[in-house]
Amino acid sequence: MTLHAGYGVMRRALFAAALLGLAVGPAGATAIERVISPGGIEAWLVRQPSVPLVALDFSMTGGAAQDPADKAGVAHLVASTIDEGAGNLDSDAFHQQLEDNAIELSFTANLDHFRGSLRTLAANRDLAFDMLRLSLTQPRFDEEAVERIRAQILTDLRRATTSPGELASEMWWHTAFAGHPYGRPVHGTLESLSRITIADLRGYAHRIFARSGLKIAIVGDIDAATAGLLIDRAFGALPEQPELSPVPAVDPQGLGRRIVVDLDVPQSVITFGGPGVARNDPDFFAAYLVNHILGGGAMSSRLYTEVREKRGLAYGVSTGLVPLAHAQLITGSTATRADRTGDTLEIVDREMKNLSDNGPTEQELEKTKSFLKGSYGLYFDTSTKIAAQLVQMQVDNLGIDYIDRRNGMIDAVTRADAQRVAKRLLESKMLVTVVGRPQGVTSKDLSAAGSGG
Amino acid sequence: MKVVRFIGRAPIRSIILVASAFALAVAAQAFAGPAETPKVASVAHYTLANGLELVVVPDHRAPVVTHMVWYKVGSADETPGKSGIAHFLEHLMFKGTAKNPAGRFSQWLATVGGQENAFTSTDFTAFFQRTSREHLASLMEFEADRMTGLVLTDENVLPELQVVLEEWNLRVGNDPGARLGEQVTAALYLNHPYHRPVIGWRNEIVELTREDALAFYRRFYTPNNAVVVVAGDVTAEEAKQMAEATYGKVAPRAEIAPRVRPAEPQPETGAVRHVVVADQRVAQPSLQRSYLVPSIATAQPGEAEAIEVLVHALGSGSTSRLYRELIAEKGIAADAGAWYQDAALDMSRLGLYGTPRPGVTLHQLENAIDGVVADVIDKGLTPEEIDRAKNRMIAAYVYAQDNQASLARLYGAALTTGSTVEEVLSRPERLRAVTAEAVNAAARHWLDSRRAVTGYLVHDLKQSEDKRS
Repeated sequence: MTLHAGYGVMRRALFAAALLGLAVGPAGATAIERVISPGGIEAWLVRQPSVPLVALDFSMTGGAAQDPADKAGVAHLVASTIDEGAGNLDSDAFHQQLEDNAIELSFTANLDHFRGSLRTLAANRDLAFDMLRLSLTQPRFDEEAVERIRAQILTDLRRATTSPGELASEMWWHTAFAGHPYGRPVHGTLESLSRITIADLRGYAHRIFARSGLKIAIVGDIDAATAGLLIDRAFGALPEQPELSPVPAVDPQGLGRRIVVDLDVPQSVITFGGPGVARNDPDFFAAYLVNHILGGGAMSSRLYTEVREKRGLAYGVSTGLVPLAHAQLITGSTATRADRTGDTLEIVDREMKNLSDNGPTEQELEKTKSFLKGSYGLYFDTSTKIAAQLVQMQVDNLGIDYIDRRNGMIDAVTRADAQRVAKRLLESKMLVTVVGRPQGVTSKDLSAAGSGG
Repeated sequence: MKVVRFIGRAPIRSIILVASAFALAVAAQAFAGPAETPKVASVAHYTLANGLELVVVPDHRAPVVTHMVWYKVGSADETPGKSGIAHFLEHLMFKGTAKNPAGRFSQWLATVGGQENAFTSTDFTAFFQRTSREHLASLMEFEADRMTGLVLTDENVLPELQVVLEEWNLRVGNDPGARLGEQVTAALYLNHPYHRPVIGWRNEIVELTREDALAFYRRFYTPNNAVVVVAGDVTAEEAKQMAEATYGKVAPRAEIAPRVRPAEPQPETGAVRHVVVADQRVAQPSLQRSYLVPSIATAQPGEAEAIEVLVHALGSGSTSRLYRELIAEKGIAADAGAWYQDAALDMSRLGLYGTPRPGVTLHQLENAIDGVVADVIDKGLTPEEIDRAKNRMIAAYVYAQDNQASLARLYGAALTTGSTVEEVLSRPERLRAVTAEAVNAAARHWLDSRRAVTGYLVHDLKQSEDKRS
C-alpha cells in the first residue's frame, strides 16, 4: 500500500525479490496434487472447493533473452499484445468478452521466461480457458493494436530516460552484461522498439510458445480430472518443442567500477551488485540468510540500521539475491542526498566488508532463521499468489515436497556455512551505478590493480 | 482506479493475503446471482468501554492474521504551519516506549517472522503487522503500549527527520509528475486543508520538532480515536477478549473534537483554472485534471456509487470511453483514464489523465478529453457501458474477498472517513442499484469545468504555450 510513485525501482531486481519469496505455505497447509492431463501435460493443483474461483499461472522457457539482438523488447511487446485480439475477436471484442465475464488474463515476460496468469469465477472457467487458448494459439497482432500498445510502451520508455531509478538500473545491467542478452532492457529501447515488426511478434510466439518447459499451477474450485481437460484445451495445441537460441552462462562484468551518470535531481539513486549464488547451489540457503542479514527482508537488516535508522541517509536501502537461469547475482539499491552520497557508499561498502570478513553473529543467524521460518505462513497467499508460487517451485525444480523440506534446509545452515558464504558472496568488488549530482563522487575503476582514486 | 494519497513508512515488503471462504462464496453469488443483499455475517464490529472500535474479519483458510490500528487523524487535521507532522509522527511511532524501548517491537517481529509497516493519508494514519495467528495478543499488547507510551528524544527524532526528507526527495523532489499532482491538488482546494500534500511542504517539514510531534501525539493518539481491524484466523469473540485485555486497559487521554474542516466555497462562475509545471527532466508531457466531487461520506444516498460507475465507464480499462475514443479510435493519446477517491471525510476528487502521442499537443489532448466529457454530459453513457462497468466493479469486489489484508484496509479506511462497516458490506447491492439515470445525472452535475483544475506537465514553459495557440 505504499505507493512507489516516482521510485524508479529496478524492474529486474524486483522480479528477483518476488522470486525469492517462494515459500508457499506452512507445511501441511497446502496439499499439492500432480495432475497429468490426457494429452500428457503436467500441472500442480491445489484444490480449494470452498473458494468459487480458479486461478492458473504458467511459465514457458524463453523470455526477453530470446529477443533478436537488435530488437530488444519483442517478448514484452508480445506479452502486451496477445490479449489485444485473438481468433475472430478483435481487440475490443476480446476485452469485452473478458470484462463481461469477469475474467482476468495477463501475460508478462522477464529475462528467462514468458508467463501468464488467469483468474476466473469457477462458473466461467471453460470460457476463461478458451480465451487463454486463443491468446496463445491465434493471436491476431492487428496493426492497430500493435501500434497502440507500442505507443504506450514508448511513452513509458521516454519517461524512463529521465527517471534516476530507471537510469541507475539500466546502466548497471547494460554494463554488467554488455554483449549478453541480459544486458538488453526487457522493455526495449526507444530505438529497438521502433524496429520491431509484426512478423517479429509472430516469430517469437511461433518459436517460444511450446509444451516442453511449460510449468502450470492451478488453484481453486476445480478437480484434477476437470483441470486435466482444461489444460489440454488451453495448451494442447502448442507444438512440443520451442526453438530456443542458446543463452551462454555469464558472470557480471565491471566489478570494481563505479559509474556516475549526471542528472539534475536532488537525490542520488544507487544500484550496486556482484556475483550471487545459483538457486540449485548447496549454498543457496546460507546465501539467502546472509542476504537477509545484510539488506533483505525485515526493517532490522544491517544496511537498514546503519544507513537509515542511525544516520537518516536514505528512506530505503535493500539487497536481494537474483538467481537467473544463466547468471547469479546479489544486487541492491538505495537513494540518498547528494551531499552524503559518498558517506552512504562508504557505509554500504564497510558493512559488506564486515559481513564478508566476520560473517554474521550466532544471534543474528538464529534470529534470521526464526524470521524466515516464522514468516513462512505469510506467503500462503491468495489463490492467485499460491498459483504463482507453485509455478516458481517448478521453474526452480525444487520438487513437489519442497514445502515440507524448506524449513529443514534453513535450520541446517551453520554459522560456519554462513561465514564461508558471506565471504563468497561479498568479498568481491561490486559494480556500482549512481545517477544524480552526488558531491565529490565520480566515476572510477578499481578493477585494475592499484588504480584507486 | 482509486487513488489514495498514502505515504508509507518504508518500502513495503511483500504484502500477504489470505481469503475468507465464506465471504467469497457469498460475494460470488452477489456477482452471478439475482439482485439480493449479500450478507457477510461474519464481520464483527465492537466499541470497547474506552471508545476504541474493533472490527474482526474472520478468515480461517491459513493460520495467519493481519492486525491494523487506524487513528482518525491525517494531514487534514494538522495545525496550519505544521504540515507533514501527521506523517512525521507516523515514522516516530517506531522509536519505542518506556516499556518497549527503541526497536524492541520491530526486533520482536523480526524474530517471530512478522511483517510491519504504516501509512498516512489526509484523514487517517495506520499501522499494521502480519504474523502467524498465535502472536495476535502480543501484537495488541505492543500497539496498545505505543498508543500512549511513546518516548521521543532528539537522538532518535533528528535522524528520522532526515529520513522523511529523503522520502520527500524520492517521492516529490525527484519526480516532476508528483509535483504537478501537488500543484493541482493545492489549486483545487482553495480553502480545505486537503490542499496540503500528505508528506507536507518541504519548508515546513524541515522545521518540525520533537515537541510538535509529541503535541500532535497527545492530541490524537488515544483509544477513543482509534479503530483496530483484525482479519484472519481468529474468531470475533477471541479477538474481542484479547482487545479488552490490552487496548481496553488504555485510558482515554484526550477529548476528540468533531472533525470539522473549512469547507470549499461554491465554484466561481467563469473561473477556469490551469496549472503548468515545467521541468527540464520531463521527457514525456502529460495532463491531469481533478474535479471536486462528493465522497461516500458526503454524498447523497446512491450518489457516490453513481460517480464510481461513471468514472469506471469513462476511464477504467480498455473498453472505457476515454480509452476507446482517444487511444483506440482517434489515436491521439498513448494513455488516458479516470479515477475517483471514494473514501474521504470531506469533499473528494475525481481525476482524468492523459498522455499525448508524439505530434499531439497537450492542448489538443485536452480538447479531445473535453469532447468526450461533453458527449457524456450531452448524450449520457449507454446502458451497455453502464452495465459492463457495474459487472466489473462487482467482480472486483468478489476478487477482493480473496485478500485478507486488503479487506482489513477497506474497513479501516471506511471507519476513519465517515463511512461504516455496513456500507462496505453492502457494496455489491449498492452498485447493482445504480441506474443509468443516476450515472448520467452525476456526469451532468459533477463534470463541471468550474469544479476542476487542469495541470500540464511540460519540458519547458514554451511547450505549454501551445495551450493558447
